[in-house]
Amino acid sequence: MARKQRPIPEINAGSMADIAFLLLIFFLVTTTMDTDMGLRAVLPPMPDPAAEPPEFNKRNVFEIRINSNNQLLVEGEYIQIRELKAKTIKFITNYGKDPNLSDKPTKAVISLKNDRGTEYDIYVQVQDKLRKAYREVRDKAAQQKYGKNFDELSDAEKEIIKDEFPQKISEAEPEDIGGAK
Amino acid sequence: MAKFKKKKSTGSAPISTASLPDIVFMLLFFFMVTTTLREVTLKVKNNTPMAEEVEKLERKSATSFIYVGPPADDRLGTASRIQLNDQLAYPSQVPQFLETEKAQIHPVDLPKFSVSLKADKEAKMGTVVDVKQELRKSSVFKVYYSAKKRNTGPGL
Repeated sequence: MARKQRPIPEINAGSMADIAFLLLIFFLVTTTMDTDMGLRAVLPPMPDPAAEPPEFNKRNVFEIRINSNNQLLVEGEYIQIRELKAKTIKFITNYGKDPNLSDKPTKAVISLKNDRGTEYDIYVQVQDKLRKAYREVRDKAAQQKYGKNFDELSDAEKEIIKDEFPQKISEAEPEDIGGAK
Repeated sequence: MAKFKKKKSTGSAPISTASLPDIVFMLLFFFMVTTTLREVTLKVKNNTPMAEEVEKLERKSATSFIYVGPPADDRLGTASRIQLNDQLAYPSQVPQFLETEKAQIHPVDLPKFSVSLKADKEAKMGTVVDVKQELRKSSVFKVYYSAKKRNTGPGL
């Protein structure tokens, strides 16, 4: 009565696709695609109440104020946000020519002060413009020195350029200047 | 007397779907790798501004997120609020939040601990400044102002 051994029946894989689809849809729903990006900033430590605030020559400070109506006052002058980059570049790369602008890039400080009622969007736009200004200045210097853009330099070369054009953005201690809107 | 009967072809042969699971699995892995799990349910509006000079987060596992913006629920008004984890919070709760977050990350990554501030376009700087003051008090100095990448172009 020896029966011939039957071949093992094949497992039906037809529903495998359904299972995989189910998983796929689960992941599609629970995950997000956006990569997190942002403007990098380093906050200053809390001020020491005993220490005197550092003295700056007025010409080396580039003053930017934003009021609660999202208007910009730069060096005492009311300007539009699109003019900010050019003005900043002019300030950084003055090299003592104009007595109202910076002595040299290493001494240049940008002072940013905003109202509590300022919109965050404007604040980010201003920060972005300042970073763009510094990038352009650094790119130019890098092109002159190494014939490359700042991003393409080696770390050591980047440091040299950064020392030449340090990005000093100082934010004033918060204060309610214009009242809440 | 033919022993082997020739099968008559009956219409077109069925398309083999055996490789369908493979294709779907490939898609699945693609999405698993390229996407991130949604971490929190947003209780505030969160439409981050656009900027050009954005950088990627240095180390995402060592980054905490703080959301700022007007509440998503209109009944809570329009004043900017802070969201920590899944709850609306007050600025005074930020230091404690940072401590718990720091405790969760690997000690090696501690020097790289940073905070990504995800604030809405319409958030008021007052609230953002409150958060920043708390960060400074807690000695967390690395901050990212979360923004979407805008491609460089003419205009602004």
